[in-house]
This record gives sequence, C-alpha cells and structure tokens, in this order.
Amino acid sequence: MLYAILCYHDEAEVCGWPQEKDDAVIAKRRVVTNELAAKGKLGPVVRLMPTNAASTVRSGPEPLVVDGPFAETKEQLLGLYIVDCATQEEAVETARRMGRDESGKFEVRPIRYFAPGSGAT
Amino acid sequence: MTDVCWIDEALTAARPQALGALLRYFRDLDTAEEAFQEACLRALKNWPVNGPPRDPAAWLILVGRNIAIDEKRRQKRHEPLPAEELVSDLEDAEASLVERLDSTHYRDDLLRLLFVCCHPELPATQQIALALRLVSGLSVKEIARAFLVSEAAMEQRITRAKRRVAAAEVPFETPGAVERAERVAAVAAMIYLLFNEGYSASGGTVHVRVPLCEEAIRLARLLLRLFPGEPEIIGLTALLLLQHARAPARLDADGAIILLEDQDRGRWNRVLIAEGLALIDKALRHRRPGAYQVQAAIAGVHAHAARSEDTDWNEIDQLYAALERLQPSPVVTLNRAVAAGKVRGPAAALAMIEPLAAPLAGYFHFFGVKGALLMQLGRGDEARVAFDRAIALANTTAEAAHIRSHIDRLIKDSEARGGRKVSA
Repeated sequence: MLYAILCYHDEAEVCGWPQEKDDAVIAKRRVVTNELAAKGKLGPVVRLMPTNAASTVRSGPEPLVVDGPFAETKEQLLGLYIVDCATQEEAVETARRMGRDESGKFEVRPIRYFAPGSGAT
Repeated sequence: MTDVCWIDEALTAARPQALGALLRYFRDLDTAEEAFQEACLRALKNWPVNGPPRDPAAWLILVGRNIAIDEKRRQKRHEPLPAEELVSDLEDAEASLVERLDSTHYRDDLLRLLFVCCHPELPATQQIALALRLVSGLSVKEIARAFLVSEAAMEQRITRAKRRVAAAEVPFETPGAVERAERVAAVAAMIYLLFNEGYSASGGTVHVRVPLCEEAIRLARLLLRLFPGEPEIIGLTALLLLQHARAPARLDADGAIILLEDQDRGRWNRVLIAEGLALIDKALRHRRPGAYQVQAAIAGVHAHAARSEDTDWNEIDQLYAALERLQPSPVVTLNRAVAAGKVRGPAAALAMIEPLAAPLAGYFHFFGVKGALLMQLGRGDEARVAFDRAIALANTTAEAAHIRSHIDRLIKDSEARGGRKVSA
C-alpha cells in the first residue's frame, strides 16, 4: 500500500532555520529515505516553497485567483513523501523515525490513486 | 523529548505576534517585554513536561498577560490569579484560549510592533537595532557583535531608542487604510535598510554580515504573511532572496570582493533564486509596479544569466530607466549608467554620470564606476584620480582593497604598453 507522509509545520519557524539546521534535518530524514530507496519503497519526495509564493484558485462559475493561503493557519503543508509500506503501522513508524527531535507534524495518509506522472523534474 | 532546542525555535517564531499583542494590552514597551520574558521562562519549565501547546503564541500571550496583571494586582495587595499550569492542564483550555484572543488584531499588532521601531525621529541604525531587539529577539550582545560595537554602546543605543519611542505617541488605535499603507511602507524601508546593512556593511573590516541579511529576510517574510497581496512586499521579499542568493560567491577566501561578472555562479543559491523568481512572477500579475519589484526584476535578470556574458544588459538598462521614473535618484542613474555602458559603450555611460558629480561627490561607488569607465576608455591618469578618491571614501577595507586592485592593473597595463607611466 502506498502512503503519503505529509509534512506540516509552522513555516515562520522553518524559514527561520539557519542553513546548518536545515541541512541537519534533511540529513537526518535522508537516513530513513535512503533505507526505503534501497528497498525500492520510496516514491516521489516533494518540498514546497513557502505559502507566500502560492496563489489560490477558488473554483466557481468564474474562478477567482487570490494570493494566499492567509496567515491565520498555524501550520502549513511544506512537503510530502510517498512511501510503500506493508501496513499503516509501518508507515507511521517511518514517519516517527523521520520526525524524531523535530517539532512539526506528519500526517500519514493512505493513497487511493497514484500516477507516476510523465517525467517532469 | 530530549532535545529542548525546539522550544527556543517556537519561542522565537511566536515572539513578534505575542509581543505585539502584549504591547496592545499594556500600551507600554517595557511592561510588554517583561511579560513576554516571564512567559518564556514559564514555557521553558512547562512545555517539556506538558508538551508544546497547540498555539504557542496564544499560550505566551495569555500567560504573559496574566503575569503582568497578577503583578499589578500584587502591587495592590489583591489575590493572585490562578497559575498558568492550571490553565494548560485543562484538556481544551487552549481551544477556548485561542478563541479568546482577538484574531482580527493579529495583523495590526504585528504591524504596530514593527512600526514602533521605524519612528521617523530614530536614525536608521537605531531603527534597525530596535527591530532586531524587539521583533527578532536577538540579545544586545548579538546585535552589538553584528554592528561591531561594544555591548555597552549597543545597550545605550537601544535604551535611547526605546526612550524616544516611549516619549513619542505610539499609535494604538486600529489604523485606517491610508495609515496602514504608510506603516507598511515604513516597515518595508526599515527591512531594506537592515538587509543593506548586512549586504554591504557600513563600516569595519567585515564586508558581508550574513546574519543581518537572514534576519531581514525573516522579517520580510513576516511582513509578506501579513500582506500577501501587496505586490511591493512580494517584490521586497523577492529582491532580498535574489541578492542573498549571491552571498556565497561575493567574497573570496581572503574576504576580497568578487564582482558580479567574475563570480562563480555555481555557488549562487539556486533554492533562493527559484523562490525569488517565483515571487516576481506573482508580483507582476498584480500589474502595480513599484521600486522593489523593479529592483527584484533587475536581480532576476542577473540570476537568469548562466554566464556573465549572457546577461541581458538591454533589459537591465530598461528596468533601471523604469526605476528612475518610479524613484528618481542619482544612485539609480549611476546604476543605469553601468548597464548603459555595457549596451552603448563607456563613452555614453561617462556622459550619463557627468551630471552626478555634484550630488554624488561623497559616494564611493560613483568614483569606482567613473574610474572603471575611464580605464576602459584608456584614460589612465584620470582613472587613477577617480580611484584615489574612491579609496578615500571606501566604507570597508574590502572596498578599498578592491579599488587598489584596479589601480594595480592600471599600473601594470601602462607598464606593459611601455607608455607614459601612471605615477604609483
């Protein structure tokens, strides 16, 4: 079963990290993703730019484009991992190992449909 | 949790909002700061035991407010309020706590806190120091180190700035639309100054101070979160990101300046560039051009060029022309002349900067550019005079050393040609 591990954090905090801290967090997580990759169990990994760079398109008869999302939300979706795990427990354990000593949150969500895409990088 | 550094990070991130709200409650900087400080101490004791609150800023505001009110009551010999442990032990206390905080004040609280640092009576260096102390929460020691002054001198500078702000009328009413726009502009200007202070230090031996640049970017992001649809704030953030992306390539191992055209572009930070370019795209969609957006676009043209010879100088020339219209200044014209020189040759550029001699008589870069143009035209003796003037006006040792390298080249070239010697 494929799972999405969605990374939520206060982006004000993450954007304030000095480069060394950022590198350390990525290196720590890479220990886990390298293991998964070696077993062929790692899908795409995505890190999103801050929400400041985002626009929101509100659907409707005449879709409306607004800058956003707005500041009121405490935590933002900052990235995601796609992993292949036998059980939800295993996926949760993967997220637990990735997030050790961090302060954000991971949402582990089973994937209903997955298309690998057409090779955009 | 064994590692408590997450608490420090959460406190730093929550600081502007929490301090801004406490300032609104108490209408006094010292009371607000003391309340926030005390709330942080309680957080350090409480959070490792109870876990992080759902909304750290809300927790700090409530606890800070209770502490300060409690203190005032104690002074009046009243019963103290219940401790925050009782509040945060209740399962859903935080949810109701968040609701009790008037979230509509959020934006104006933060803006006010930023704005008190930009009081027009404060000189720029005091504005920046105050913002670093109040908003960023840097210690006096850290700020003193960044400005290369003694801790005592910085302490005095900040105390003096605070006294001036307190004596002035801090605007506590919810601002109207025009006033809000003015505050945003003042805060943006302060952030820009802070970045420049880090990007091209105004004195001493260190030419680039990365922590000041990073702090300026953090504040720009903060301002942008408050005003996500303001194209000039998007532009300001983009500008700082694009400029800062070049930081790793701007100085060599000995701290000497490397000019844009000689920089190893492989060392530019591609992540920051990508974000900066995305923000420019976003700002342009608003079709409300402004000075920060145009400057960001200029930095964007440089970022797009894989090699210095690929730079679209024509585009840069036109962007500087747009900037001259939006924000006429001799410094902008000087920069435009550099671009024009690449497109139309050094003689045209020299003609452009001739009228700037009086307004820029004390400006290091004017004489640096003038000397370089004269050098290209083979007018070595005149170039030497301009470079000598530039050295006399240099702000940092790196600037002076850079000009000296030009003079060395002049001397070498002149000797190689066997022509008239440039006096050494």
